[in-house]
Amino acid sequence: MMNKKELMNNKYFIAALFLLPAVIFSLVYLIIPIPLSTYYSFFKWDGIGAMEFLGLENWSKLLSDPIFWSSMANNFKLVLISLVVQIPIALFLAVLLTRKIKGANFFKTIFFVPMLLSSIAVAFLWRYMYDPTFGLINGFLNLVGLEQLTRSWLGDSNIAFYSASAPIQWRFIPLYMIIFMAAISNIPKQLYEAAEIDGANNWQSFFYVTLPMLRSTVVNASVLIIVGSLKYFAMIFALTGGGPNHASELMATYLYTKSFTEMNMGYGSTISVALFLVALIVSVVFLNFSKKDVRN
Amino acid sequence: MMINKLKQLVIYLFLLIWLLITGYPLVFLVQNSFKIRMEFFRNPVWSLPESFTFQNYIEVMESGFYMYFINSIIVCFISVAIIIIVSALASYAISRIDFKFNKIVYILFLAGMMIPIHSTLIPIYKLTLSMGLYDRLSALIGPYVAFSLPISVFILTGFINDIPYELEEAAIIDGASRFRIFRDIILPLVKPAIATVAIYNLTLLWNQFAYALVLTSSPSKRILTLGLFEFQGQHGINIPLTLTALFLSVLPLILLYVFLQEHIIKGMTAGALKG
Repeated sequence: MMNKKELMNNKYFIAALFLLPAVIFSLVYLIIPIPLSTYYSFFKWDGIGAMEFLGLENWSKLLSDPIFWSSMANNFKLVLISLVVQIPIALFLAVLLTRKIKGANFFKTIFFVPMLLSSIAVAFLWRYMYDPTFGLINGFLNLVGLEQLTRSWLGDSNIAFYSASAPIQWRFIPLYMIIFMAAISNIPKQLYEAAEIDGANNWQSFFYVTLPMLRSTVVNASVLIIVGSLKYFAMIFALTGGGPNHASELMATYLYTKSFTEMNMGYGSTISVALFLVALIVSVVFLNFSKKDVRN
Repeated sequence: MMINKLKQLVIYLFLLIWLLITGYPLVFLVQNSFKIRMEFFRNPVWSLPESFTFQNYIEVMESGFYMYFINSIIVCFISVAIIIIVSALASYAISRIDFKFNKIVYILFLAGMMIPIHSTLIPIYKLTLSMGLYDRLSALIGPYVAFSLPISVFILTGFINDIPYELEEAAIIDGASRFRIFRDIILPLVKPAIATVAIYNLTLLWNQFAYALVLTSSPSKRILTLGLFEFQGQHGINIPLTLTALFLSVLPLILLYVFLQEHIIKGMTAGALKG
């Protein structure tokens, strides 16, 4: 038996004490829910009453559920759109703002504001801009004589998903802009001076100095976008609720609707586990990719 | 010289375009919040209000909206305080106490970042019900803390690793306990990192939505994001009124940003910049 003094000198015991609160919070609210969801996925359950064992029925239903697959496809489409839109625009703005121009700080200050708004606020702001009758966008199109382009941006199932993706881009571009600005200001000035002596113009110094030096930052930003795009929920939920007719459904909105609107928690848990697995696979693949890249 | 002037002009042109894309929706928000309902339907959306009336602001506040601010403040501040203590303790152990599994424990904490929180909603809902915390503000604190831990441990561990070990050596030789070293030496030194962690989590949790949606139900327990969501559901047809509620909901962080701009930008990008 160790006495108290010995115990307080035991580094394993001390380490455990320091780690204990963090471990408890993580286990209860982050880790254990995953195996628990897996367990629920084998049952039919409305969240309140008794659970009825179904075996693999929820899982076979999931595999043949076209809405689940289209929501997953939407998640991946969102990844692609976010990569193609956010990285180039953020990079472009960062390059402009790191040049010696008057007012750069003013522009940076304003450009960052969308990051401060909650997803719900951004969603509703855009909903009113998209409003077919009173919205800013159709109003503007009418004003400049492009009436033929006005449409029900969120009501037309062919374009609703793309309309719903726009505010996500709008909100997150500033984040990557700031990241790129920080990385650009870390590039040694001598590299640009050397390029200039060699007769490089602005474009050449961008492609031969800035871009190669930003490589690992761009890769890291891409990983953040990829992993983040699988977790979107609030913005789409508030903007379209996944509609019309599931056109803008994401895995997270679908899982919410099934679990908490239809109170089908067994099937909701099945979607939860599927979402977890997709996020896990994608994270492992891309983190490995980025690690290798950084090492090179 | 001419070419340089032209280049400058092109740069400003692009910056102005983005200023319009970023700024105009916000101007749209404010200008329409001063219109009364009929005026909004009568005039184009970009017209200036006929008179600056605060009628919408009064109506939003009288609907109980102010409660949502108080609720958000309470939940966020308590959560952030707990996050700072819990993550600082864990980061100290990972960084300074050699217990053989440091690296594994650290990686496991970071791996928490990969878990999509929506995958955890059903078990957390059930747990909250069975703990009798459903529809209480305190139900949000546990998930908030857990959700914020990975990034906080990441930032703080990195910071503590950079503190020279010599500062603690003297104290260890004097026989000070680990808790005293943590409290008297480490905590004062990591203050800047704690400020970053606090701002990062405060802004993220202030805008959090999913947990409140699932774990609370009565109007008196709504936090700001959920309050805005429900307000829109109820008054959505009255566009100027809803835009007013929207503007009020984003005002606290914008005001904070006006005073602490550099700190906020640094805090909000901390997770990404060090990653």
